[in-house]
Amino acid sequence: MFLAEVVGTVVSPIQIPMLDGKKLLIVRPVHPDGTRTAKTKIAIDGIGAGTGDRVLVIDEGNSARQLLGDPDAPARTVIVGFVDAVEVGGELVFDHRTD
Amino acid sequence: MYLGRVIGRVVATTQYKGMEGVKLQIVQPLDEDGAPQGGSLVCCSELATGPGDLIHYEDGREAAVALTETYVPVDATIVGFVEQAWANDQDIAAKAWTAPKAKGSR
Amino acid sequence: MLIAKVVGSVVASQKDEKLTDRKFLVCQVHDHHNEPQNQYVVAVDSVGAGTGDLVLYASGSSARQTELTDGRPCDAVVMAIIDSWDLDGTNVFEKWSD
Repeated sequence: MFLAEVVGTVVSPIQIPMLDGKKLLIVRPVHPDGTRTAKTKIAIDGIGAGTGDRVLVIDEGNSARQLLGDPDAPARTVIVGFVDAVEVGGELVFDHRTD
Repeated sequence: MYLGRVIGRVVATTQYKGMEGVKLQIVQPLDEDGAPQGGSLVCCSELATGPGDLIHYEDGREAAVALTETYVPVDATIVGFVEQAWANDQDIAAKAWTAPKAKGSR
Repeated sequence: MLIAKVVGSVVASQKDEKLTDRKFLVCQVHDHHNEPQNQYVVAVDSVGAGTGDLVLYASGSSARQTELTDGRPCDAVVMAIIDSWDLDGTNVFEKWSD
């Protein structure tokens, strides 16, 4: 799993049938302190996230198929949780609870 | 999945069996600003995609699962058209875009 | 998949027994302008490609999805021989042009 920030939404009217009805979000993988770390990805939203949210994203096929409940789903990147706070070395580097 | 744009088409008559009728297209991955992100790659497509289309594609093992014949050595497949991609208060799909030209052509 | 040019082959007499009778091709990655990149890969051949051919290779676990590589230690497979490709309607590469 990796930490990411939701930076946008994707509207895709024509796509493979498995993705129909799934909300797609643009996510940017980030370091615990919020700096950008890897390539921007598109993830299936499993929790109702929106732009600006710090989220936890799983990027592994078997886990994604379990989450979607479809053993044949060609999916890998799924948002699985909101991040409330991140602590590194005993120090809070991200704390959404205070906002 | 990644955001990308179709920039070219590949013709290959000799392919591993099971890929008849599957299109091969060159895709440039894009970031959330619509700027190129890394090098281009070749994706399979069973949708009616073509050069200039904004798309999203899946890579890795799941790319083959997105095709009708799933037992094929494929590591990137276009899985959908992108009509609107809203990020940083702008729509990537509405941004002006210039097609990369073949070198030596105008 | 990435575009690559077959620049040679590998002979390895001592290797895992699961890899016997497999042809290994040394491929140099090319970009969409047909410019060679400083990136090489050794891939198992599944389509009968030879030196000089421009090919597509698949990498990762997808490379094991052929009868030649299923269940074998292989992470790159040549799965198509390119005839041509175009950018914005202009051919960049044409195999049969000369």
